[in-house]
Amino acid sequence: MHETLSDTFSRLASLDREVFAIAWLSLRVSLSAVLIGCLVGIPLGSLVAVSRFPGRSGAVGLLNAAMGLPPVIVGLVVYLLLSRSGPLGPLGILFTPAAMVAAQSVLVTPLIAALTRQIVADAEAHLGEQLRSLRLSAWRRAGILIFDVRFSLLTAVLAAFGRAISEIGAVLVVGGNIDGFTRTMTTAISLETQKGDLALALALGLVLIGLVILVSMAASLLRAYAARAYG
Amino acid sequence: MDILRRSLLSLGLTALLAGSALSGPASAEPQSTITVASTTSTEQSGLFKHLLPTFTEKTGIGVKVVALGTGQALDVGRRGDADVVFVHDKAAEEKFVAEGFGTKRHAVMYNDFVVIGPKADPAGAKGSDVTAAFARIAAAKAPFVSRGDRSGTHAAELRYWKDAGIDPVAAKGGWYKDVGQGMGPALNTASAANAYILADRGTWLSFKNRGDLAILVQGDKRLFNQYGVMLVNPEKHPQVKAKEGQAFIDWLVSPEGQRTIADYKIEGEQLFFPNAEPGKS
Amino acid sequence: MSPALPIRLERLAYRVPGKTILDCLEATIAEPGITALIGPNGAGKSVTLRLIDGLLTPSEGTIRIGADGSARRAFVFQRPALVRASVSRNVALALEPLALSRRERTSRIERALARVGLRGRAGDPATKLSGGEQQRLALARAWATEPQLLLLDEPTASLDPAATEALEALVAEMAGGGTKILIVSHNLGQVARLADDVVVLDAGRAVEHGPTRQVLFHPRTAEARAYLKGELPWTSFAAAS
Repeated sequence: MHETLSDTFSRLASLDREVFAIAWLSLRVSLSAVLIGCLVGIPLGSLVAVSRFPGRSGAVGLLNAAMGLPPVIVGLVVYLLLSRSGPLGPLGILFTPAAMVAAQSVLVTPLIAALTRQIVADAEAHLGEQLRSLRLSAWRRAGILIFDVRFSLLTAVLAAFGRAISEIGAVLVVGGNIDGFTRTMTTAISLETQKGDLALALALGLVLIGLVILVSMAASLLRAYAARAYG
Repeated sequence: MDILRRSLLSLGLTALLAGSALSGPASAEPQSTITVASTTSTEQSGLFKHLLPTFTEKTGIGVKVVALGTGQALDVGRRGDADVVFVHDKAAEEKFVAEGFGTKRHAVMYNDFVVIGPKADPAGAKGSDVTAAFARIAAAKAPFVSRGDRSGTHAAELRYWKDAGIDPVAAKGGWYKDVGQGMGPALNTASAANAYILADRGTWLSFKNRGDLAILVQGDKRLFNQYGVMLVNPEKHPQVKAKEGQAFIDWLVSPEGQRTIADYKIEGEQLFFPNAEPGKS
Repeated sequence: MSPALPIRLERLAYRVPGKTILDCLEATIAEPGITALIGPNGAGKSVTLRLIDGLLTPSEGTIRIGADGSARRAFVFQRPALVRASVSRNVALALEPLALSRRERTSRIERALARVGLRGRAGDPATKLSGGEQQRLALARAWATEPQLLLLDEPTASLDPAATEALEALVAEMAGGGTKILIVSHNLGQVARLADDVVVLDAGRAVEHGPTRQVLFHPRTAEARAYLKGELPWTSFAAAS
């Protein structure tokens, strides 16, 4: 273990362009997936939070359960969809970064939607009556509620990013871990572990953790700054 | 409107990021790229990193290798998600071709399995007879790690047990540990438990976390592991890049390709032994 | 005559599963000025206010407001519900459904904030205001829409005496401007100071309705007497002396 640790730091020191490229790909794929997840999940979660329809509690339960979707299953389903023999085969994006973005979007959208629903439902309890009394349309009310909870939503977005960048099941299946093309931090770490190069795997792991810390620190700073201005 | 402006901004940002993700790496792409489904052990051996730059430089064809288990790699070919399949399970490969999913099977090279174990060799397995070694490991009830994942290596291991007249399943949970994982993780387990294990030489040579393990049995003819390569049948899947895929296969079995394979060495040891037979399937 | 008058509540019932909150409530409010709704907790005061605003739909009965029901309404709640945005943005939100010109909108925001003494805070985050300032902002938000009927649900319950006094002055000013005001309050001193007439609710019915002095000092019904006995600080004081 001591050998591994000291070796880890020497490997970190020699991190080259290849590792940088892998980290950059991981970051791009996961951030893209989170942005798509936000575009779908935030309106979806808000809609479930503010509307009343039959089967709503079932929908909420489903949404909450979908937060724990196993990445491997999501990867497998997206793989079958994107496969040449699948319904979306003609797109020809299997084993590309686009496929990884698609799979991770499926993974994080329910997470963002479920957390958004909770956050917006709390805001609705506080603001809902007032907004309805102002005779604002349902869409406008949802928009205002989302705007009101924007800093809390940042936490949901961060959780989604953490889930995306740290998962391996989905990106491995639909990306194929192709060297220099779809190899991400997690698939690279797994590969190096399998090769028994634990020092390099650990070094890559430290880079991954550093990435996550960097992104969440940036988000916290943004939140702290905004909270100082708007409470 | 403030909110609208912000949403539009984030939308634009999304498009930008998604666009950059879809466009792939910034490096110059070759004019044409084929997808090869292969096995994790082949990928882990580092062979492709050695072969592909030479091929791409010569032909301008890029090669993307998707590394999977043998069964999974063949399935990817069956679904038309790869242009070429490069694996090592002769029976399964012949079935793949017989079912019409591959055009023709070409033998490319072989590597060999080795029996790995503790340097001290408490079971006294060292030698050049794989069944004798297995019998001694069982007799000594020395810890043995099995892949247990129905891979080519696992199938070979079960064959050797059968030849030795031993049913290891009866010893499951005792000295026989079935880990249900790939070659690398299984080697990691064996290294931690100081156990015996059957491995392919390529993975072993590129494996770093060896601990106290060493090669104990090698050279037995029964330990040879044949690799085959096949073009996915374009009649089944019209989008298969048949011309480029065939060019890759032709190069692998050509004298130049065979020489390049033989040149790949780790710590001075040759990993793969080319044995293509031009004109023969 | 204000377009909000008369307000007729006819055989009004409101039920939730397992509970009747309003039970055949009848009342007609025909006079301008400030009408107070009083009564014990659970009598149905807040629900009545929400039914009049349209936030709730009656289980039975009808609500008629003015001749054609077109009177503009505004609601101020016990706790000011403000959005995490600037003071002026909070007022602007209320004006959105009114389809005003940009100039009209700006001038209404400025006037409303000036009236409640928050003009200098227009750019500040609303959530940074004190409790009293927040409630004044809620009132300004209602004011800016130029309502013909203003509904106040215990607007000073969370405020200190000084803030309460400031808010009461603003409410009286609005009533003087011609806005019909309905206020739910447990503060009978406030009712005595502000209200022109009082409706007493008990167990989901209106049990008494009359001019403020008459209802507070000479209640005709047993329910009103019982409520006021427990609640009027100066009656118990008078009894003791």
